[in-house]
Formats: sequence, C-alpha cells, structure tokens
Amino acid sequence: MALSNITLGQYYPTDSAVHKMDPRVKILLLIALIVAIFLAQSLLAFLPVAAYLLLAIRLSRVPVRMMIKSLKPLRLIIILTFLLNVFFLQGETPLVDLGFAVIKKEALLTAVHYSLRLVLLVLGSSLLTLTTPPIALTDGLERLLSPLRVIRFPAHEMAMMMSIALRFIPTLLEEADKIMKAQTARGADFESGNLIARAKAMVPLLVPLFVSAFRRAGDLAMAMEARCYHGGEGRTRLRVLKCEKRDYIACAVTALLIAAVVLAGLL
Amino acid sequence: MAEPIISVEHVSFAYEEDAPLAVSDVSLTVERGGFHAILGQNGSGKSTLAKLINGLYLPGKGRVTVCGLDTQEDKNTWEIRRRAGMVFQNPDNQLVTTVVREDVAFGLENIGVPTEEMPARIEKALADVGMLAFAERAPHTLSGGQKQRVAIAGVLAMQPEAIIFDESTAMLDPRGRTEVLEAVKRLNREQGITVLWITHFMEEAVACGRVHVMHDGRIVLSGTPREIFQDAEKLRPYRLDTPPMARLAQRLRAAGMPLREGILTVEEMAKEVERLCK
Repeated sequence: MALSNITLGQYYPTDSAVHKMDPRVKILLLIALIVAIFLAQSLLAFLPVAAYLLLAIRLSRVPVRMMIKSLKPLRLIIILTFLLNVFFLQGETPLVDLGFAVIKKEALLTAVHYSLRLVLLVLGSSLLTLTTPPIALTDGLERLLSPLRVIRFPAHEMAMMMSIALRFIPTLLEEADKIMKAQTARGADFESGNLIARAKAMVPLLVPLFVSAFRRAGDLAMAMEARCYHGGEGRTRLRVLKCEKRDYIACAVTALLIAAVVLAGLL
Repeated sequence: MAEPIISVEHVSFAYEEDAPLAVSDVSLTVERGGFHAILGQNGSGKSTLAKLINGLYLPGKGRVTVCGLDTQEDKNTWEIRRRAGMVFQNPDNQLVTTVVREDVAFGLENIGVPTEEMPARIEKALADVGMLAFAERAPHTLSGGQKQRVAIAGVLAMQPEAIIFDESTAMLDPRGRTEVLEAVKRLNREQGITVLWITHFMEEAVACGRVHVMHDGRIVLSGTPREIFQDAEKLRPYRLDTPPMARLAQRLRAAGMPLREGILTVEEMAKEVERLCK
C-alpha cells in the first residue's frame, strides 16, 4: 500500500470562472444553496436548484464523472434513506404491491424528495471542494470568521492550524510509509488477520509517528518564531481576496434561485 | 575589524536552573560581511549558541547584541529576528505553507510588509537561491537541498543583515550539501550578507573566513581555517579531525614529499602537486 499516493482533498484544477471566484463568496453561496435545498418542499421546487447546480458544474468545467464520484462515499446513506422512506412511511394511495409490502404513492414521493435532497447537498458541497484548493478554503474561512474575533473566536489561529495540517499531511504520510516498510522488513504484518488484529498491528506504527509529529511541532514552532511569527496581529497577507464582477453575478443568480424556490413552494 | 553585526560577550546559558551550562562564558564577534564557522561535536553547545543569537533563548549571564540591539530587551526581539535570520537543520520542519512562494511570504506577512511589495521581494529571494522555477511547487515534492534553499529564500526576503545556519546541511545528501553551501557562499560574496555557519563537517569550515571550535559549551579555539586545521594534535582532544586534504598532506610530508604547509582543499592540493611535479 503506497500511502503517499493519497491526494489531499479533491481539488480539480481548471481555469474556469467558478475556480477564480472569491472563496468567501463560494462558501457563502454554498450556505445559500443549502438553505434553498431545505426550502424546497416539493419536487417542482427542486427544478430550479438542479438547474442552478447543472449550470454551476457546466461553468466549472469539472467533468461529470468527478461529480458522480463525489456521491460514492455517501451512496449507502442515500440508498438507505430512499428504502427506509419507501417502506416505512404511511400513505393513502397504494401504488405497487410487492407481496411483503405495499408501496404507497406518498411514501415514494417523500423518499424521492429526501434522497434527492441528499444528492443535491453532496453535489453542492463537492462543487465547492472540487473548485477551491484547500488553502484558499482555509483563507476564505478565516476572513469570514474574523469578525468573530470580538468574541475571542481564534479565527486566525484556526486557519493557521488548518494550513499547517495541510502542509504536513504529505510529510507524515511519507514518514508512516517509511516506518511501515521498516517494520515490515523486520517481520511486522499489517495486512492479514481480522480488524482487531490489524488495528493492533498499527500501534507500533502510530507510536513512532506520534513521537516524530511532536518533535516536528516543536521544531516548526521554533522556526516560525525565528521568522517573526507572533500571531495574527499586524500581519499582512500575500493573497488578498477581492470580489469581482463574476462574484456579484453569482450572488445575483443565487438570489434568483432562492426566489424561484420560494415561488415554487407557493404554487 | 569592520563594524560588528553579531556580538556575544561572556555569555552563559543553562536549560534549567541546576542543569550544567550548555554554553559557558562564550565571547564571539562577527563583523559585517564576515563568514564565520562554529565547529563542534554533538552536544558541544553550538546549536544553543545559535538560538541565543537571535533571541530564541536569552542568556543567563552576559550580553548578546545584533546590530547593537540587545536580545534581552523585549522590544528588540522582532527586529533582531528580522536582521539575523535563521535556517535550521531539518528541511521538513521549517516550511510552513503548502506552496513555495507562500512560504517565502510567511516571514514578510509576519513583519507586516505591504502586499504590493511582496511579489517582487519573493521573486528576488527565490532567484537569489536559484529556486524561482519552483515557486508554485509544494514543499514535499522538493529534494532536501531544494527545501533548504527555499528556507534560505524565506529568510532572505526579510532582507536580513546576517543569517545563522544551524547545521543546515546535516540532514542532506552530499549533493544537497554542496548546493546549499554554494548558494550561501554566493550570498555572502555578492550581497555581503554576514554568515554564521554552524556545522560538524570539517570540510565546510574550510571555506569560512574564521573558525571557532566549540567543546563542552566553550569556544576552545578561534582562528582562520589555516591556523586551526594545520595542527591535527591541537584538534584531537575535541574529537575533531582535520579535513581529509590536510591529513593527506601531513602523511605525504611524513613520507618525504616537500609539500607546503596549510593545504586544506582538493584544489590547493592539486596545485601544490602540480608545482612539485614541474
């Protein structure tokens, strides 16, 4: 098993307008999209949401297969949601009689509604992570949360922690790989046995990894101090986030979406 | 001697109150534009001395000044760290961000350099260490020597007067070591950046202007590389060896070859042999 092959996050680089958008705006628009999805109380109201997402995916030039792949980790939950709702919800109008259960029309509608809602939620958030590098996401989150500093929320520190974590994940993976190989060479077995046996085999891997991670943390703290790091105060930034025309257009389109969803609910 | 950049006066330091002194009564001056080496075995206190110079540790006794600023005074801390940058040993543990150019920006962000000034300073610093082509790469895709050069660029962008290298080549392969040392020599020569080079590699100290040998927390020998390495006997008690070429010269002399004194590098040896052959 080559641990170093794992790519971080699922960023898919293209130079589309969606990629170039301000990460702050993208995060806020995702929240708006989630609100819209929950406001949509009928299948009809999902139409504008689906259209909006399709348009965004099209604009982002992320291949559709990447989007479908992003649904994979949650496929069980989506299928389960559908099945549970279909079989266990009460309804008036029987639709099909399967022998062991009767599927009601209302139950089927609700099942489709709930699973569709999940699919749209996952697609929406995947679009954000597919089009925004993790570091830009961190940056956007820091800026969005920075007003919370007045209530002592450590926005800068959290963002710094996240970006250091991102920086060190590949380094630690490499190291884990090395330790694993060293121990396999001395007869350790990571691959056979049941779950418990395998979990136990991980202990001699995790201990040295943790020890080294702490040493790295100490070194890094010293190196950061030596480079004049003293918290978020008085810091300037290399990357300045700027809202541009495309960001305003995206906001307007999203506002339209919410209006359409609300309207569809009234029909 | 030119104006001193780093000045250490009778400094002692212990990690804990009753612990033995890691650095004891050390005095040292590095002049502007100088290239000094501190040579010593593991545990000789050379790394501790490095950290005393840019205020990561504060001396228990004595005084450390950088460009006339006393490290003991809180208000000087950031100015001292900007003026005397530091490059550490482990190339993996001193890069902070996921992209090379952002890492070089890290120090600039900390000292509040305006955003408009940053790109030019980053590009210059990366170009100075020959890493401009790697500006958009992730640190974990670079070799050890390249990572160390990025770390140097990160310090360089802050426009320091001096850079302290705390065994910055110890974890590199021979190629990475040459790569880094060459870059540092060039910075010293072309930009007049003062260098304090801490190492346990004899060969590296040969190229320096002045060498200080540390042992048990003290500076036991100080002088030009020629003065220090000429006599193998003097170095033996400190478990240090003379550089290979000096040893070879000594053995050849003992075997009756009339080589001149003070040969330290391969080039010097080649020249001397050539001279004798004529």
